[in-house]
Amino acid sequence: MEKRIIDQQLDTLRDKVLLLGGKAESAVQRAMTALATRDSKLAEVVLEDDKIINQMELEIDRMSVEIIALYQPAAHDLRLVISVAKITPVLERLADHAGNIAEAVLIINNEPELPQYPDLKIMSDAAAEMLRNALDAFIAEDGEAARKIILEDKKIDASYKKVFGELIGGIINDPTTTTSAAQLLFVAKHLERIGDYVKDICELTVYLAEASIIKHSPNKD
Amino acid sequence: MDSRRITNTVMTTLTAICALGVVGILVLIIGYIAIQGISSLSLAFLIETPKPVGEGGGIGNAIVGSLILLSLAAAVGIPLGIAIGTYLSELGDGWFGTTVRFVADSMIGIPSIVFGVFVYALVVLKQGYFSTLAGSLALALIMIPIVTRTTEEIVRLVPKSMREGALALGAPEWRVTWDIVLPAARAGIATGAMLAVARVLGETAPLLFTAFGSRFYNIYLDEPMASMPVQIYNYAISPFEEWHAKAWAATLVLITLILVINIVVRYTTRRNY
Amino acid sequence: MSKISVTDLDFFYGKVQALHNISIEIPQNEVIAFIGPSGCGKSTFLRTLNRMNDTIPNTRADGTILIDGANINDPKTDVVALRRKVGMVFQKSNPFPKSIFDNVAYGIQINGIHSDKADLAVRVEKALTDAALWNEVKDRLNTSAFGLSGGQQQRLCIARALAVQPEVILMDEPASALDPMATQKIEELVVELKSQYTIVIVTHNMQQAARVSDKTAFFMLGKLVEYNPTDKMFTNPNEKLTEDYITGRFG
Repeated sequence: MEKRIIDQQLDTLRDKVLLLGGKAESAVQRAMTALATRDSKLAEVVLEDDKIINQMELEIDRMSVEIIALYQPAAHDLRLVISVAKITPVLERLADHAGNIAEAVLIINNEPELPQYPDLKIMSDAAAEMLRNALDAFIAEDGEAARKIILEDKKIDASYKKVFGELIGGIINDPTTTTSAAQLLFVAKHLERIGDYVKDICELTVYLAEASIIKHSPNKD
Repeated sequence: MDSRRITNTVMTTLTAICALGVVGILVLIIGYIAIQGISSLSLAFLIETPKPVGEGGGIGNAIVGSLILLSLAAAVGIPLGIAIGTYLSELGDGWFGTTVRFVADSMIGIPSIVFGVFVYALVVLKQGYFSTLAGSLALALIMIPIVTRTTEEIVRLVPKSMREGALALGAPEWRVTWDIVLPAARAGIATGAMLAVARVLGETAPLLFTAFGSRFYNIYLDEPMASMPVQIYNYAISPFEEWHAKAWAATLVLITLILVINIVVRYTTRRNY
Repeated sequence: MSKISVTDLDFFYGKVQALHNISIEIPQNEVIAFIGPSGCGKSTFLRTLNRMNDTIPNTRADGTILIDGANINDPKTDVVALRRKVGMVFQKSNPFPKSIFDNVAYGIQINGIHSDKADLAVRVEKALTDAALWNEVKDRLNTSAFGLSGGQQQRLCIARALAVQPEVILMDEPASALDPMATQKIEELVVELKSQYTIVIVTHNMQQAARVSDKTAFFMLGKLVEYNPTDKMFTNPNEKLTEDYITGRFG
């Protein structure tokens, strides 16, 4: 099958969204590493990178509009452009949450070190893996894989409840840790939100692959 | 200059020279006729009947005769030719149409004198006298195949899309032909009819056997009738210089007449829509 | 019940089969677009719906085409009455060599629809108004139809078709020879006319099919590949062939 002019454009668009996804993924990972290793410098890097991510979002938006205006994509082509245009802000917000975690890290690092919370680590590992798999499924246009990843989100929600309980308990035991513990509560909340965003990415992947919209449908779980 | 351009220039020049040559010859002929004939041209010449040598005389009766012969021939030949041509174009794809087309083509190729002899044998001999009707019949026979073939070609040129447009409105075939196709082909059909008229206006041979000629004004269709070509012929074969000049003048009138008819027909049938 | 219901239609040009086993239901007051590569049979199929192929010698159509329940493919069908009911607009605008008024009046006159001269004038005005042409031509109704622009000529042909009060209008690439503005006018007209007529439109312009039609039928090699609501066809067609065609992978 010959290569159409639009194919080159769509390939570039796909590459750009993959690059953005990689940036968002590494932002989450770096922020969590910064938290674990009390590395303020790494947290600064995450915040610095957020500007690049914003630039990339703008560029993908511009290109999506251009493809629709100039090439009038239809059927699968159209679904690709639409889902890319919808995934891009999701990735950007996801990276924003990583930035928020990095800001929390900067505050926590000024406080005495707290005991490690293993469930927080489980949460962040799960979120990072979900994100990576979701991006892979999107690029592979694998609707089935995307549906499976959506189910994973339950794990994160469960861990979140656990971490929340532990942190509240810690504050009651030792009110001097309140500042750090409160920041960690935020971190957990951000991770939980990241999980939700990954779900959005998966829903768009299902739309791209199967043209069915599973968002807001009652039996999606 | 490359060879393509040279070839182009050479060819353009060649065709231009050919075109100029044809036009030049035409101008020469008309010019020569005008120069030879203009001296004998006068109002009297256009009105009077022929008189003996040295007494003047003209071609008045021949002009009228030609117009009568032509009108009759055209009244029969043109409608019939248009009808046959339309039939051939719209319905003439079968063996019958092919046969009719072949006959029409053959008739175009037959020398006009044959039509004269044919009518002479069939009508003049039977009736026992030369007549205007016989002359008109011979001319009509010459006109029919010409009008038929040009009409067919022109009607075929009317775009299929126009016919389909009418059919799609629920028009029966015959109404499509009558209301749409023939009006669309009007200008072309008129040109074809003009060709036929111009052709027979100059015919001498068939008239010699049929209308014969006359020295008097005549309007009776069962009597011999004067005509311009026959009159020119009579003037031209005479031994008299004066009559030769009259032949030239009559020729000039004939050509002018053809030209006038041409212009009038073109003007009246030009596309209104 | 569908306005037009076609079952197992085969069509032959001499020995060449141009349509294979076409079955399709066309509902009333909808716009149906036929798309497909050149020579796919979409125009041939369109022309079977008003028996326009009868004008081509050595053609044959097998199968049933029900319009309002009557099989128009029956040899006993009154073709003249059928064509009055199923009007047609062609690819190339084909006004008659008559005045603008007479072009629209022609169909009314041959079908004897009008009662008198005044009624004829009313009907001509109505048809021209419905075809969105009246305001542009009302001051020159007696001038030649050939003096109109291409887009106006095509709308005149639509007015001509509307004047005989058809129920179905077939359009064979009606805007393919028009500039974008004229095309847009024709498209607006198609959408406008939908409330009163059932419209079948053949088009090479995929975006046009997407813009004006409720349902789209995709033809290829004389077969109906897919027939679905237009939004479905253009976002998620069932058939790979349809997808490849509408995304320009071939055709």
